Amino acid sequence: MIRLAGLSKRFGTIGPLALDSVSLSVEQGEVFGIVGRSGAGKSTLIRCVNLLERPDEGHVEVLGQDLLALDEAGLRTARRSIGMVFQHFNLLSSRTVAGNIAFPLEVAGVPRAEREARISELLPLVGLETKREAYPAQLSGGQKQRVGIARALASSPRILLCDEATSALDPETTAEILTLIRNLRERLNLTVLLITHEMSVVKAICDRVAVMEAGRIIEQGQVFQVFTRPEAETTRRFVSGVIGHGVPSGTLARLPPPNPGEQQRLLQILFAGPGSTRSVISEATRRFDLDLNIISGRIDEIGGVPFGVMALAVYGESQRIDAAISWMRGLGLEVTEGIPEVRANPPAETA
Amino acid sequence: MGLLSPTMQDLLLEAAWQTLLMVGASAAIAVVLGLPLALLLLLTMPGGLAANALVHRPLGLVVNAVRSTPFIILMVAIVPFTRMVAGTSIGTNAAIVPLALAATAFIVRLFENALREVDRGVIEAARAMGATRLQIVTKVLVPEAMPGLVAAVTVTLVSLVGYSAMAGAIGGGGLGDLGIRFGYQRFMPEVMAIVVAILILFVQGLQSLGDRLVRRLSRR
Ligand SMILES: Nc1ncnc2c1ncn2[C@@H]1O[C@H](COP(=O)(O)OP(=O)(O)O)[C@@H](O)[C@H]1O
Ligand SMILES: [Mg+2]
Repeated sequence: MIRLAGLSKRFGTIGPLALDSVSLSVEQGEVFGIVGRSGAGKSTLIRCVNLLERPDEGHVEVLGQDLLALDEAGLRTARRSIGMVFQHFNLLSSRTVAGNIAFPLEVAGVPRAEREARISELLPLVGLETKREAYPAQLSGGQKQRVGIARALASSPRILLCDEATSALDPETTAEILTLIRNLRERLNLTVLLITHEMSVVKAICDRVAVMEAGRIIEQGQVFQVFTRPEAETTRRFVSGVIGHGVPSGTLARLPPPNPGEQQRLLQILFAGPGSTRSVISEATRRFDLDLNIISGRIDEIGGVPFGVMALAVYGESQRIDAAISWMRGLGLEVTEGIPEVRANPPAETA
Repeated sequence: MGLLSPTMQDLLLEAAWQTLLMVGASAAIAVVLGLPLALLLLLTMPGGLAANALVHRPLGLVVNAVRSTPFIILMVAIVPFTRMVAGTSIGTNAAIVPLALAATAFIVRLFENALREVDRGVIEAARAMGATRLQIVTKVLVPEAMPGLVAAVTVTLVSLVGYSAMAGAIGGGGLGDLGIRFGYQRFMPEVMAIVVAILILFVQGLQSLGDRLVRRLSRR
């Protein structure tokens, strides 16, 4: 659906690359998230998908069309099949809800009666039946974003781009809007590309995710994969805020030292599904005569898949610990040695 | 109006009409010319929707030149042009020419500022929805800037009332001219007082009308 290849972009003649040969493919029907800190180049990247921003180099293919090869009129037509939702809603303050939703249709020359009919279809879809004649100033943030979504969907696009669509909203409203986007994706068979600086958004609705840093994609994959086995340090930090991957720095130094002749080993155990880890762990201690110190544990759900992460300090003889690890691996648990330490409170990220 | 002789009453009425005509006509011309010019300045500015320094720079220069020329000098300086347009260089109609020119230069910048206030994000959203530049101008820029545009017209009208008083210098007539000729030069303080009172009422009326319109248009 969306194929970006080797995109590079530099603002001005000097300075860092806002995009540094970024390649990305988004498949039909998926919700693809791009996450990264403020200034990582996320907005620049998503704006390249409908050519609001023209890359200096690279290839932009959307719905099988090479957008960079289109003339202005062709590009305008192509843009009508790509809806876009913005962080600050970007509604016309001089128009009512209905007028805002009608805008893309007016621009495309859709006759009035048809526009009205389409508005009547869209309003219930976003739960704004009663707000048809309200002005944006009379709406809450969540309602404004619903108008933004309805407007983006008015010309029946197949792709929805969301640039920090929930970053100006409170957590509860964010959850509502994310649920709405997810439901619309299913009902309308949309492909969604969204960018965010919040891993919780990715966790809530994305199927795949790419992590951006300094204009590059440093990691990408299935959300479950990236959350449970983050590779890059930046990813780990993003993920840790949401799923408690790793432990706050300083924690490990405070662990009791091992008895003489014994070892202390740090293990991280990952299990998909709630399972009966409790019994696995208590059985391991009995079976292999080990002491276990549970440092942290958490069960969570990503993309509908429940999973848990547990950080353990194991005390005992070296071979016994090895045996316990193989035994647990044999039961299908993923065991890694070493526990990443992360800053306890990652600084708040802003868009 | 027992205070004034019937002749003076007629003179006052005529002068009020002349002021109204000068202010109204030059403001109308200023709006008609000023809006496209302001849009042109905005669109052609660096980073604008149709960035073009070759249009933007000279246009900006001319506007600034007219704006910074004192009105009384402008009026005299463009006499040949006034004669060409109005057929004469004296009288109310002739005074409309320099007034319209000054008002246009004045309102262009006010319009430009009002248009510039339109949220960039909204323009970007329109671009993302496949709007043409013309559609962005007519459906986004102008409607979104409407309260600011109306406020700009109000300010221009009020300033024009003041400028029109100077038009007496080229026989433009009007209330200001009457006040000076009778109230000041012929020592008729009651005429001066009435002229000033009418001008104040006039300006007040314009201002509150403008403000009310802005409030009604503003949906923020
Ligand atoms: N229009 C622009 N002009 C100049 N620099 C820009 C512009 N847009 C973005 N940048 C720069 O490009 C980099 C990436 O910005 P952006 O894509 O907005 O990041 P993000 O959305 O991840 O916060 C930043 O360093 C930013 O300052
Ligand atoms: Mg951004």
